[in-house]
Parts: sequence; C-alpha cells; structure tokens
Amino acid sequence: MITVDNVSKSFTLHNQGVATIPVMVGASLQVQAGECVALVGQSGSGKSTLMRMIYGNYLTASGRIMVGDLDVAAAAPRDILALRRYTLGYVSQFLRVVPRVPTVEVVAEPLLATGTGRSAAIARAEVLLDNLNIPERLWSLSPTTFSGGEQQRVNIARGFAYNYPALLLDEPTASLDGVNREVVMSMIEEAKARGASIVGIFHDEAARDRVCDREIDVTGFTPRTAI
Amino acid sequence: MTDYNFAYLDEQTKRMIRRAILKGLAIPGYQVPFASREMPMPYGWGTGGVQVSAAVLTPDDTFKVIDQGADDTTNAVSIRRFFEKTAGVAVTEATVDASVIQTRHRIPEQDLRSDQILVYQVPIPEPLRFLEPSEVETRKMHSLEEYGLMHVKLYEDISQHGAIATAYAYPVKVEGRYVMDPSPIPKFDNPKLNMAGIQLFGAGREQRIYAVPPYTDVVSLDFDDYPFEASKADHACDLCGAEDSYLDELIVDDAGGRMFMCSDTDYCAGRRKAGCIGAQGVPYQEDVA
Amino acid sequence: MNPLLNVTGVSKFYGNRIGCKDVSFDLYPGEVMGIVGESGSGKSTLLNCLAGHLGPDTGAVNFDTRIEGMRDTITMSEPERRMLSRTDWAFVHQHARDGLRMNVSAGGNVGERLMAVGARHYGEIRDQATDWLSRVEINADRVDDRPSAFSGGMQQRLQIARNLVTGPRLVFMDEPTGGLDVSVQARLLDLLRGLVREMNLSAIIVTHDLAVVRLLADRLMVMKDGHVVETGLTDQVLDDPQHGYTQLLVSSVLQV
Repeated sequence: MITVDNVSKSFTLHNQGVATIPVMVGASLQVQAGECVALVGQSGSGKSTLMRMIYGNYLTASGRIMVGDLDVAAAAPRDILALRRYTLGYVSQFLRVVPRVPTVEVVAEPLLATGTGRSAAIARAEVLLDNLNIPERLWSLSPTTFSGGEQQRVNIARGFAYNYPALLLDEPTASLDGVNREVVMSMIEEAKARGASIVGIFHDEAARDRVCDREIDVTGFTPRTAI
Repeated sequence: MTDYNFAYLDEQTKRMIRRAILKGLAIPGYQVPFASREMPMPYGWGTGGVQVSAAVLTPDDTFKVIDQGADDTTNAVSIRRFFEKTAGVAVTEATVDASVIQTRHRIPEQDLRSDQILVYQVPIPEPLRFLEPSEVETRKMHSLEEYGLMHVKLYEDISQHGAIATAYAYPVKVEGRYVMDPSPIPKFDNPKLNMAGIQLFGAGREQRIYAVPPYTDVVSLDFDDYPFEASKADHACDLCGAEDSYLDELIVDDAGGRMFMCSDTDYCAGRRKAGCIGAQGVPYQEDVA
Repeated sequence: MNPLLNVTGVSKFYGNRIGCKDVSFDLYPGEVMGIVGESGSGKSTLLNCLAGHLGPDTGAVNFDTRIEGMRDTITMSEPERRMLSRTDWAFVHQHARDGLRMNVSAGGNVGERLMAVGARHYGEIRDQATDWLSRVEINADRVDDRPSAFSGGMQQRLQIARNLVTGPRLVFMDEPTGGLDVSVQARLLDLLRGLVREMNLSAIIVTHDLAVVRLLADRLMVMKDGHVVETGLTDQVLDDPQHGYTQLLVSSVLQV
C-alpha cells in the first residue's frame, strides 16, 4: 500500500546564506495492507520528516513515494488532495482547525468531505468522541480551548472517523492516560484488522511493541554530511 | 415679431434639437443627449420642455400648456405667454383644439389624436439614477439591457410599504427594450402612454431628450404577485362628478373639510359645460372662477 | 474531470511597470486557491484580470461555461462577461460597502442578483433572500434593515449572501477577512468553508494573511513583484517553502 523508494530530501535556506542541508538520502520502506510499521531513531533523525513527505506536506527531492497508485513525490496538488480525502489519513500531534467550529463537526468533517450524510457523519463522530472519553458537554465547543490531552483525542477521533486504507500516526498516545491509551491502541488494532496500512511514530515503547509489526530505523537514511 | 426669431431659439439650435427628437423617435425610450440652451427661466420650470416645444412649433400650430393638469397655474400661464409672444402661435386651453401640448406631471384625460404632440417637462430623465449614481454605469446598464436594479426599487417599496408605493414617475419599459422614466406623471396616467399622439420628453438641466412614437408598447414594471395598478383617489370629482379622472384633493377649511376635483381643468370644465354636476358642484357659468 | 478555470500566460503592465506577468494555472471544481504576497505584489491586479474587471495585456482566462463549454472570458463580449459575473461568478470585495448597495435593504441586496436574472415574483425573491440571510447567520427579522445598520462582520456576510444567491460556481475574494476583528474573522472563515463544501464552490482568495489561506485554501500561489514565485499544496508551501521569498514570508509571521 505504501512504498517509499530511494527517497532523498534537503532543505535550502535562501535567507541564511543559501545553506543547503541534506536531511535524508536513500530512504526506502514498504508497508503492506494490515501492517503497522514504526519509524524509530533518535530525535532529529528524520522520522517526522519522512512521515510528512509521505503525506505530501514536505516536497521530496528525488525517489518515489507510492501510496496506492499515486506517486506523492511527483503528484499534482489536486491528486494529493484527493489522496488525503479518500486514502491517506494523518493524525498529527497538533490540532489545526478553524476556531469556533464545534468539536463534533471537526471530527465529522472527513466523513462529510467524502460524501457521508450529515446525520450519519455526526452520529459516527459522537460515537468516537464518546469512546475516547471526551465529555459530551464539550462536543459543541471548539477544541481550540481544550487541554493538550483532549485536543490529541479529538485529533485521533478525526483521523479515525473515515476508514482510510492508509494511516500516518505521529505520537498518537503521547499525552494520554492509561484508559484512553488503551482505547487508542484498540482503535489502531481495529484499523489493522480491516486492512489499513499504518506508519507510526511511537515513543511509547510498550505501545510500539504491541501494535507494530516491524521497526524501521530512519537513522540509516540520515546523510553523513548532516551529522 | 421682429424682436425674436420664431419661437425664441435660433434656427441652428432648433435643427440640433430636431435631430435629437428624430433620433429619440427612432429609438423609443432611449435618452438622446443634446446641447441644452440657457432659457429665460430657471431650471426646474420646464426649460427642457420649452426647448422641445420651440423646436416642433410651426406658425400654424395651436399651443396648450398644462401644469399638474391645470391651464391656469403660474407656470402654465407664463410658458403659454412666452410662446404667444415669441412665436405668435394660437393658444388654447381645450385639449381637443391643441396641436402641441406642453405638460408638467400629467397626461390629459382626453385621448390624444395622431395629429397631436405631447411635450413633457422632465426633471430627472434617468430612471436608474436613485440607485446607481454613476452615469457611466447607468448608460452601460441601458445598453446591455441590465434592468434588475429597477426591480430592486420596486422590491424596496413593497418591503417597506406592503405595496408598490411609487405613485408617480413610475418606471416603464418601452417597446420591450428601454426602461424609461415617464416624468413625474401619476401612475394613473401610465396606461395612457400607449397613445396615438407623439410623446416627446425634454430635460433641460440634464440635457436629455427622449420620445415615444405613436402606438408604441409601453409597459409599467411590476412583480407577478404585485401587479401594476393605475390607482387614483377612491372618489368622484366633487365638481363634475367624473369617476374616471385623476383627482386633486383640496383642503377647504380648518375643520378637515376637503373636496376632490379633476386635476385636468379642461376635462372638468368640459363635463360641467355638458351639464354634469358633482356632489359639491354648481351649474357651469362662464368665468365663474 | 475538466478544469473550471484555465488561465494561461496572463500579463498586465502599467506602462513599464509589471502588474502581473505570465501567470498560468488550472482551477478545478470545488477547489480553493489562495494567492498570497505583500502589497504591490500583483495579486489584486491578477484577481481583477481574472474576474474581468481589468483587461490583461496578454493571455487567456478560459472558463467552463454551462452552455458552450470552455470560453475565453477576455475575448468574449462585454454583455456575456457581465452576464457571467452575475450568474456563475461572484466577487467578494474586501470592503463590504464596495460590494453592497448601502441604501437598499438587506433583502433587496440579496434579491438584486435574482431580479437581474429575471425573477419577477416578490414573494419568492423575498423567501430566497430570507433563506440566504439565515445561511449566513443573519436573523430573518433584519431582512428590511439597511446594511449601514449592520456591524462590519454582518456586512461582510451579507455581501457573501448577495453573491451566492444565484448559485455561482466560481467566487473571487479579495481579502475577505481583512479589516474584521479576529473573532469575527474566525466566524466568517467557518462560514466560507461550510459554503464552499456544501455548494462545491471553486474559489480564488487573495489575501496577505497566511492563517486565512491555511484554513481555507487547498492550493497556494505566492506572488512577488508581479511574478508567481511558488505554487503548491497550501500546507506544503507553508511548511516546506522552496523559494527564498516564501521562506521569508512564512518566517515573518508573528506567532501567537
């Protein structure tokens, strides 16, 4: 489902003496349907960078990143938009939403965007929020005012609202208590069971050991010159 | 008659105005710009109408002037005298006898014939002006037939008053093309714009002439659910008893007493001469006023 | 799927000065494109060229018309272009008073486009106007009030209702949230997002506010001195800017 093939990336800082900083070379990995792969490596080794490249958030300098039939590294913006809408979900560490929009709408949006009827989409969002123990009185409020843990759970609910064939998870359990961590773990397991391909970053080793089938150490993709 | 050129204006000016009139007749409802002259009367007193009258009058014409339907107001009398003096034409108060009628704010009750010309005095010729202040834009709207704005004005009327409250200068569409301001005639007169006579409109200050040729289709704008109505006061004339004429309301004392009477003085006098008597009327006598 | 708008090689010069130079892009149905750049970068010139307010010196702006398919809106006759701009196109001005008739009631403002395309039933026009006021969160009992009695945010929402009532397919927006309080901006952004999705609108939004494009735009075009220096997915351009100017622009945003 996800194939990263000999990918490289560098940043060029035009306003700081046109410094070019290579951050990744020769990155390759494959994730099959129903498989969960963890990216590991020390902080700054490029885990998030690689994940953002797969999502199309960072440009890829060379190589191929196939998600389904689409080469993200070479795709037109509108193809990446369609990919994100129907194929590739992303749970980031940060919640970025329009202020004022109620939480339940934020969670339902991926469903509304893919054509689910309004009442069905809201119902599904409510189930997710309930499972993740977001108190019902908060559903009609904007998540921008929530605590870090609550925002993260809203992000997770949103990321799992639509059944994406491929998922990117960036520290999905980082700031969760035991109960909610367990909920998220089982959501990931359910996603795997229905055949989703998952790439994740987990600092929580126990979680990683439980849901991930393999680990890929991105340190191997770090250019020597950058160290 | 040696002191003035015939009908005051010089021949070149009259030719210029006649060209504008002919163009206006050729494009019914279209506002033709013309080089309006200074006239020996203030703007707002009918300088546009007077120039049009001057351009169409011939020595054989019989001239009539009405102001709000009346032949005897200051404005009507002074314009009539003006052409008596400068053109030496015959004048009349009888609609049927006149060949050229200059009017301010009314159409005579008597149907006009094809050998008669009605000249309107127009203060503001642009029907779109109150909603669109830009002349460039209104001209473009006319040329492209973009008249949605005209209905916005009627919409505003209904939303504020529950009915189309525009009672005079009610916009019309001429021969299915140009939207035209019929000058501040009461909307009661709008149906009469379909007539046998030639109608010429002159706006002196705004320097525009437009025209409606005989038997031209003139339709008052309206909504499907708020159709146009040619309304008048729900009364009969208290002098002549006419139920079909446009009425003026006159307060006669400080106790709220009032009477209604024909705004068209010639029409009213004609009926009374023929023996019709209204609720407060007396039998007709010559020079009783 | 065919693009709704196909722009090729559009340039506009003011004498020797460049307004915008050689701009090309496609816009697909349902897509929202942001154009960012500092004052004088040519983004408003470009928008006005695309919307038919300015005649570009070179290039073509092809629009997928309902009846005749792709037509170059620059070479089409003025009546056709004006017809487009009150049916399939909409233009939201930065200052609501530029896009509203301030001496006409809210209902009349919304109804104007309907009457312009031939609606002649007062009751239906009014019902549609009231419906649109509620869609932009203006109380139905304000339908007879003039925009001058409205707050800035309400005026802007009224302008949007007035523009969208005929169900356009392409909306041009010039700094739609400029000049509004931050809290009012958020409400407007939310509203616009909802309408874009519900009506499958395509939109071109000119702004200098990167937060606005991040939330509204799918794609971004960065302009400098009349030239397009970078294009791409909005989040990609903002998070991984390639051009020096974009990097400067992104790094210059004050964080809150």
